[in-house]
Amino acid sequence: MDTFRDKLIPVTSILVGVVVLWYVFAVFLNAPFQRDLDRRANETSTFSELIGKTLSQPKPTLPAPHQVAVNFFENTFLRPINSNRSLVYNAWVTLSSTLLGFAFGTALGIVIAVGIVHVATLDRSLMPWIIASQTIPILAVAPMIIVVLAAVGITGLVPKAMISTYLSFFPVTVGMVKGLRSPEIMHLDLMHTYNASQAQTFWKLRVPASVPFLFTSMKVAVAASLVGAIVGELPTGAVAGIGAKLLAGAYYSQSIDIWSALVAGSIVAALLVMVVGIAGRLVDRAMGGRPA
Amino acid sequence: MNRLRPSWQAALAALACLIAVALGAIAAPKVDPLAQPAGTLIYPYATTSWLIFGALLLAALIPMAKVPPMAEAVVLFIGAHLAAWLLIGGIASFEGLARAPYFLLLAAAWLLGWRCVAVLSGLRPTDGSTRTALRLIIPAIFGAWILIIWEAVTRGAGIPFILLPPPSAIGARIAGSLPILGADVRQTIFKAVLFGYVVGSGAGFVTAVLADRVAFLRRGLLPIGNMVSALPIIGVAPIMVMWFGFDWQSKAAVVIIMTFFPMLVNTVAGLAASGHMERDLMRTYASGYWPMLIKLRLPAAAPFIFNALKINSTLALIGAIVAEFFGTPVVGMGFRISTEVGRMNIDMVWAEIAVAALAGSVFYGVVALVERAVTFWHPSVRGG
Repeated sequence: MDTFRDKLIPVTSILVGVVVLWYVFAVFLNAPFQRDLDRRANETSTFSELIGKTLSQPKPTLPAPHQVAVNFFENTFLRPINSNRSLVYNAWVTLSSTLLGFAFGTALGIVIAVGIVHVATLDRSLMPWIIASQTIPILAVAPMIIVVLAAVGITGLVPKAMISTYLSFFPVTVGMVKGLRSPEIMHLDLMHTYNASQAQTFWKLRVPASVPFLFTSMKVAVAASLVGAIVGELPTGAVAGIGAKLLAGAYYSQSIDIWSALVAGSIVAALLVMVVGIAGRLVDRAMGGRPA
Repeated sequence: MNRLRPSWQAALAALACLIAVALGAIAAPKVDPLAQPAGTLIYPYATTSWLIFGALLLAALIPMAKVPPMAEAVVLFIGAHLAAWLLIGGIASFEGLARAPYFLLLAAAWLLGWRCVAVLSGLRPTDGSTRTALRLIIPAIFGAWILIIWEAVTRGAGIPFILLPPPSAIGARIAGSLPILGADVRQTIFKAVLFGYVVGSGAGFVTAVLADRVAFLRRGLLPIGNMVSALPIIGVAPIMVMWFGFDWQSKAAVVIIMTFFPMLVNTVAGLAASGHMERDLMRTYASGYWPMLIKLRLPAAAPFIFNALKINSTLALIGAIVAEFFGTPVVGMGFRISTEVGRMNIDMVWAEIAVAALAGSVFYGVVALVERAVTFWHPSVRGG
């Protein structure tokens, strides 16, 4: 009952507020163009007619929520899945490079973290550069990586996945370094009294201790990975994928298409974060963790 | 106490050096285009090859004797970098002709550089200024070696310019096109990024203070804000370009949207950070909402707010540059990157990236410095 009162009501009412505001803005933003159209057609529409028309333009400045919903529904459920207008198809293209890049990024992040925790030289020399690497707007370089790799004959999934890898390795590295160092001195001393080798300490103490950190950082990483995949699709000449859908929409001012592609991207992002969260909880339970 | 102190990096470096001597010429000779009897061959490293071998071997062998670590680091530093400098200097006009010994020598120099960093990070100086210097020098050597290997490999192996230009060419391009780069920076950073950053972060902050005052708003906004931070917000860029036109206003709009939510979520978390004890103390002083906010809760929230400002400094640059891919006037960093890629002027693209990286680091650094000045009382700053 408390979650209902403390969470559901505020969130829903704010969402409803957003939708209402959205409609108001849609009317205001689309009205000038509609008046212009009416003047040319020598029509005079009443106030309510004007509102109706502003909410049903084919290429509105701001599409009304129901237009986006209808477009999203049509492109998701009514089109054959292999058609390149289908959002399912485009989302799948983006998702596949997201997942590949995420897998690479997580693996790379873990390897670097293990290196940093065990080799003092790497800790002192590499860690500052890893942090500095994230102050660089690398996303801006994405098109170049794609085009240059295409020039030497590497096209398709891998270049996009590389951008996702770059964006997703950082949170994992930082999280894992923290996680692998999270065992307290007491625990490390205990392993020492057992005469445990470094490998044993690693597998039996450090790795289990780092798992919660790993999943928290993987949630951030998977979201970053999706952003990388979407931006990576921009320069490929709008072939397929959510990013390509955005670019095509921008070229032909199909504003409704842009919004529904955005909705699709958001749903994919929410699903990915949710899946990682559930996987984290399952692993936690399998390892004998109790709900805090 | 034994008198020898071998390290595997130095041993490997010496071994690589000896193999390189055994293999012979560092790079293939080529026909001198200017020589009078046509067909005369010129040889690379005619005078410097013995200097390179000597520097590397000495730097590998001297530290094996018992010398103080500081001297060892200096010897390693000089040996490794002298060899690398001679190697890169010698490959000029022999690009793409390097043979195996070239790469062996490069590897040997790199191993010595690594050993140098290892020795330096083993030092435990007692006074503060030396420690600060070490904390700067160690990553600097690492970064320098990334550049050295990049330069040496691209030129030694003759990697096509289009694929990866050597850093020296990028540096030359930066020096040669300062006016263009300056105009791009002015358009993208001083107009779009700064405006969007200030407005977006400010709006996020004000909303957070409001949300903190009204519990209903906080309960509704926080889950939404947390969810939005996982969404690909960058996708609104085409919409903003459609609404606000091609000039910097549309980029600023994207930056505002991208920076709003991190600020909101972090500030709300920060405003909850002050402890019960302090709040109770303020209440015993009969302080109202505003004195409590300004004197206790905002200072307590400062680390969180600065965290958001740091995250936003990167997001703002990314947002502005990516938004420029969707349409710009003929100036701007994102515009330059996408058009020069099309014209295959890869060195210009790298120059733009280097400028963006520098701008991003400076931006981040300024925020971090302000943070140190403002939150001087915080344990993470005080602990130094």
